[in-house]
Amino acid sequence: MSDFITQIPYPLLIFLVAFILLNLTLLNVAYLTYAERKLIARMQQRLGPNRVGPRGLLQPIADVVKLLQKEDIIPYGVDRSIFKIAPLISLVCAGSGIALIPLWERFVLSNLNVGLLFILALSSLSAYGVILSGWASNSRYALLGGLRASAQVISYEIAMSLALLSVVLMAGSFNLQDIVKAQVSSPFKIYLIPQLVAFFVFMVSALAETNRVPFDLPEAETELVAGYFVEYSGIRFALFYLAEYFGMVVMSALAVTCFLGGYKGPFTIPGVPFFWFLLKLYLLLFFYIWVRATLPRYRYDQLMGLGWKVLIPLALINLFFTAFLKLYLN
Amino acid sequence: MSLCVEVSKKGQDGREELFTINMGPHHPSTHGVLRLFLELDGETIIKCEPIIGYLHRGVEKLSENLGYPQTLVLSDRLDYIASAANNVAFCLAFEKLLSLKVPRRARLIRTIVGEMARISSHLLWLATHALDIGAMTVFLYCFRDREWLLSIFEKICGARLTHTYVRIGGVRLDFTEEIIEELKKFTEVFPERILEYETLIDVNRIWLKRTKGIAVVDPETALNLGLTGPVLRGSGIPYDVRKFRPYDAYDEVEFEVPVGKNGDTYDRYRVRMLELRQSNRIIKQCLEKLRETEGEPILAEEAPDLLLPTKVREPEPKPHPKKGFIFTGKEVPVIPPGEAFASIESPKGELAVYVISDGGTNPWRLRIRTPSFVHISAMGELAKGHMVADLIAIIGTLDLVLGDCDR
Repeated sequence: MSDFITQIPYPLLIFLVAFILLNLTLLNVAYLTYAERKLIARMQQRLGPNRVGPRGLLQPIADVVKLLQKEDIIPYGVDRSIFKIAPLISLVCAGSGIALIPLWERFVLSNLNVGLLFILALSSLSAYGVILSGWASNSRYALLGGLRASAQVISYEIAMSLALLSVVLMAGSFNLQDIVKAQVSSPFKIYLIPQLVAFFVFMVSALAETNRVPFDLPEAETELVAGYFVEYSGIRFALFYLAEYFGMVVMSALAVTCFLGGYKGPFTIPGVPFFWFLLKLYLLLFFYIWVRATLPRYRYDQLMGLGWKVLIPLALINLFFTAFLKLYLN
Repeated sequence: MSLCVEVSKKGQDGREELFTINMGPHHPSTHGVLRLFLELDGETIIKCEPIIGYLHRGVEKLSENLGYPQTLVLSDRLDYIASAANNVAFCLAFEKLLSLKVPRRARLIRTIVGEMARISSHLLWLATHALDIGAMTVFLYCFRDREWLLSIFEKICGARLTHTYVRIGGVRLDFTEEIIEELKKFTEVFPERILEYETLIDVNRIWLKRTKGIAVVDPETALNLGLTGPVLRGSGIPYDVRKFRPYDAYDEVEFEVPVGKNGDTYDRYRVRMLELRQSNRIIKQCLEKLRETEGEPILAEEAPDLLLPTKVREPEPKPHPKKGFIFTGKEVPVIPPGEAFASIESPKGELAVYVISDGGTNPWRLRIRTPSFVHISAMGELAKGHMVADLIAIIGTLDLVLGDCDR
């Protein structure tokens, strides 16, 4: 088997693996929407999708087919090229992060030395999709949504990076594979225990970064109708949704890698290499869904206040504290 | 390439023009067809101008061409969430014209139905208010219980929303044992359900942040703006028509009028939550009193037989050359000339009906004072200086129903 793999030319191999990874992630994302609908329905005492296929299991596929068939309306007066490219920017930037996450000890698509920085850069770039779509849509609601998104993503980006920096300090590397290894060899086994504050800051910022409840202001339905993608229809509309869910998956995967010990578990299960990684990932995704069913939405200025007055100082203090301990304990 | 919305534009006087936005009439959170014309500075509201009339059906004018019982059917469509309360207001006015005395059992049933309408209206208010602020789960919890109430309404009179159950001189049908048992079960379970909603949002930090200090109305302003109902009581003025001018059986039952302190959105929320409990208490007491009046009439003896005409109306065989068809026969009773005024505490505020009769079969003039109309006029005042997101909370806290406003 390994002989066979080594015979494939390297670029083709990378392409194949990336293709498989992308499709697996897409499947995960599709069923994440299904899980979200089912779980929230359960929390809200209703049934959720149950018509298409057994227990509604084919619902995500039906949704995709429906959205592909829909007419792609481009309203009069929009900036056409930007309007068309914005959802792609969102999706590509949100989705590519998964390539850098070590899913297993021997499975990481691209083992970059600055992996963490790269993911952060990608997630900042994905805000461009939102801003550009809001700006190009020729609609006031979309513009307001885009403005909200830009302010929100920029301020929460800082808190998030600071939280991750303390992890980098502890591990001594930007390479995600090395972070997992350093974590497992540290006395705590996972960084969640020494870096509880950083984990909290990261999770809250990740909610804001992916525009999820309670920070879903850019797409607040009851305020801005649908926010930045109010003018989109058909598959372009679906791309924004996909980007949001891809963002959730990547952020959760990053949290698993940096705080929860990555693919390592208390014991190894032979034959199921991704078990621990997926288990942790799904637990975090469940947290996202749970929050959505529970919390109301923040107001714009309160959101900014929370970011700048609570999360950034917390992350900074945590960073200094970590650096101080690191300096004096070694 | 034509570019898009301009972020800021220099006006003629050289200052930056404000960002104007049209919210509604098909915006998801304007509860129907309210249109708000906003002038924004960033996200801060400089000016908010409500524009109404998208649901105008001319109820007042239509009433002048319809008989009194038909007017009751129109009254269902005013505040379609609490139509039983509207029926009561209309009937009270018409009964004053006829100087009818309504039997006790009918008055008790009217009280129960009115309070059921209040609970169902407040539940819908809580559901949409929470949904607007982003708490999705409360919405479905409230609808679960509202569904129960509506099915009880269905057992009482066959309709779920537009009941026309109350009629001039009494009520249309008597309560059966089954309905009383079902209501009893509801009153026992409902207080726990209220606790359920409160655990979801009452101590939620985000909910508190979004409602405390938003749209503060001090008592004097509240009076000047003409606010009534829970919105007025949230500002600390204990004005409640049920206490001040008791109608139906409200003088027989014990209940409190909850008031707020600060007059902000949170206080109004608290007032309504406490009112839910009081309504539950009133229904409970009335159900006990219903037992005492078992078998008593539910309709005044001299009540006009309004629902079923004594004779079938027949038009002349041939149309009159000038007047069209002329109906013959005297079926609809004539109401003595005079004028009457009745006001009730509807779930949204004070609902008043003023009717003038010239002795004919139709009201000569019917004027309805609806709470939502007055509350919408206060929107501009309340929204000034707040943010767009707060505007949603303000629409929610005023509990606007556009059918009530536009008539």
